[in-house]
Amino acid sequence: MEIAIQATGLGKRYGQTRALDGVGLEVRTGTVLGLLGHNGAGKTTTVRILATLLEPDSGSARVAGFDVVREPREVRRRIGLAGQYAAVDELLTGRENLALLGTLLKLGRRRARSRAEELLASFELEQAADRPVRTYSGGMRRRLDLAACLISSPQVLFLDEPTTGLDPASRMALWRMVREQVELGVTVLLTTQYLEEADSLADRIMVFGSGQVLAEGTADELKRKVGQEWLEISLPEGGDATGSALDQAVSALAPVSASAPTVDASSRTVALPVGADRTGTIAASAAALEARGVEVADFALRRPSLDDVFFQLTGEQTPVSTSEEKS
Amino acid sequence: MSTASAPGAPSSLGGALSDTAALTGRHLRHLRRTPEKIIAVALTPVAMVVILGYLFASVVSVGAGEYHDYVMAGVFAQVGLTCVGITGLGVAGDLGKGLIDRFRSLPVARPAVLVSHTAADLVPAMCSMAAVGGVGLLVGWRVERGVLPALGGFALLIAFAYAMLWLGALLGMLMRNAEAINGIGALVLVVFSFLSSSFMPLSGLPAWLRSVAEWNPVSSVAESCRVLWGNAPASTGSSLPVEHPVLVASVTIGAMIAVLVPVCLRLFRTAAAR
Repeated sequence: MEIAIQATGLGKRYGQTRALDGVGLEVRTGTVLGLLGHNGAGKTTTVRILATLLEPDSGSARVAGFDVVREPREVRRRIGLAGQYAAVDELLTGRENLALLGTLLKLGRRRARSRAEELLASFELEQAADRPVRTYSGGMRRRLDLAACLISSPQVLFLDEPTTGLDPASRMALWRMVREQVELGVTVLLTTQYLEEADSLADRIMVFGSGQVLAEGTADELKRKVGQEWLEISLPEGGDATGSALDQAVSALAPVSASAPTVDASSRTVALPVGADRTGTIAASAAALEARGVEVADFALRRPSLDDVFFQLTGEQTPVSTSEEKS
Repeated sequence: MSTASAPGAPSSLGGALSDTAALTGRHLRHLRRTPEKIIAVALTPVAMVVILGYLFASVVSVGAGEYHDYVMAGVFAQVGLTCVGITGLGVAGDLGKGLIDRFRSLPVARPAVLVSHTAADLVPAMCSMAAVGGVGLLVGWRVERGVLPALGGFALLIAFAYAMLWLGALLGMLMRNAEAINGIGALVLVVFSFLSSSFMPLSGLPAWLRSVAEWNPVSSVAESCRVLWGNAPASTGSSLPVEHPVLVASVTIGAMIAVLVPVCLRLFRTAAAR
């Protein structure tokens, strides 16, 4: 398996602040690496170094087989960059924007034009192709921006917060377009503040904090790293006023798990930790509840969400978890 | 990784020229689509011609010649100073919107971005000069000498404007903020045009201030134009810029360009959108 992006020990200082402090990463060809982190965690600095916009103070990196410091021109011929702002020319039309970049990439007049047509079509911008970009919506700008960095059919794509400020429909459209590129074999490095985005697009995720990599893995690995899975059983509303059903459930489940189940009376749920023997715990719990005749509204295996991962790793207070996942 | 599949010819002079041409085309399109920018740039100097050449001409006397003849060279030189803001705003805008990042992430010849900015911005500068010249002719200004010296004067003005465009590029990269650039641009315009022989002979100034003003490139450019156009050079004195204005102006402009261009290109290498 080929490695499209490889970096070791990247460091970058701005005066007293260490923007990057020994960041290493590796992205296999045709996969997506998502960089997660707060503002100022070092994501953008990493992207800028890899896209040859910034020279690192220390460390080295290779992109598409070329060293970003020693052979930047070779790297530039093989990458596409969509920065935090939609870097499109407001006064030019969509078509002119793409044609200009085609010319700069020395595609030749005819190929530049046909490539522009192709991209306008696949990014659903044909209707607006001859309007100045000034008149575009935020989503259209972003689509044009992504189209612009695909002119040269790059092998590696850097997307720095590609969907910041987009409405949900535009975000979905952009995700679809990124996935299409990945299917074509393009390697993508993406930074985002949206955990959902990393979860949905990235094969592997890296959590950044204060210029360092705090954790790396697939979304599932990260979630498992942060906490145990648990079984969550909800009882139907208003079944009984005395709450005896809840007591019944607790006493039924107590012998099943190693530690005592936790009860949330207000939401009428009982949670119990699940160890290595997941199936065994699930079966035993269900059997115990059935034996006692406890009615169940919901019965689910839960695991920490990426939010939990993120907040735990970056040392922030976990907010009331609202996006727990069923699995 | 196959080299053949990647676009972008290896770096060459031809490639650099084609990059510059493509980006200059972009800026010229901008100008075509926002003609109001050209008008805005030309407005102040044209107003100066009317105010100084028409209103003040009746009360100000500059020795032998007519004041409206005297002041025209000064207003032309002032057009050069207004150029600082044009490129400054253009470069800062491209930086702020991430366009410079995009160009830098492409295999584009490095100098092409700034060279195209400054080359295209000569267009509003020259439009501005044409407007000033037109209004000048209306208020009675005439070039008294032959075609060649007259063209020489305009060549000097354009070279001065070009140097100021690079100063603007430098400001744009350093300041990045439209308000700040407008502020500095206005300051440069006022200080350098009034602390010069543009509108007033320098004979009344205290000695130290007078030599500062004489060495101000705006003075030597304006003086040169007066000499080349036969427009009542009114400065007297024995300092080098007064005795040899064309020489001093040419050398100063050459030196400014020789310093500003490499500094700007160097800064551009690390310029980054924030």
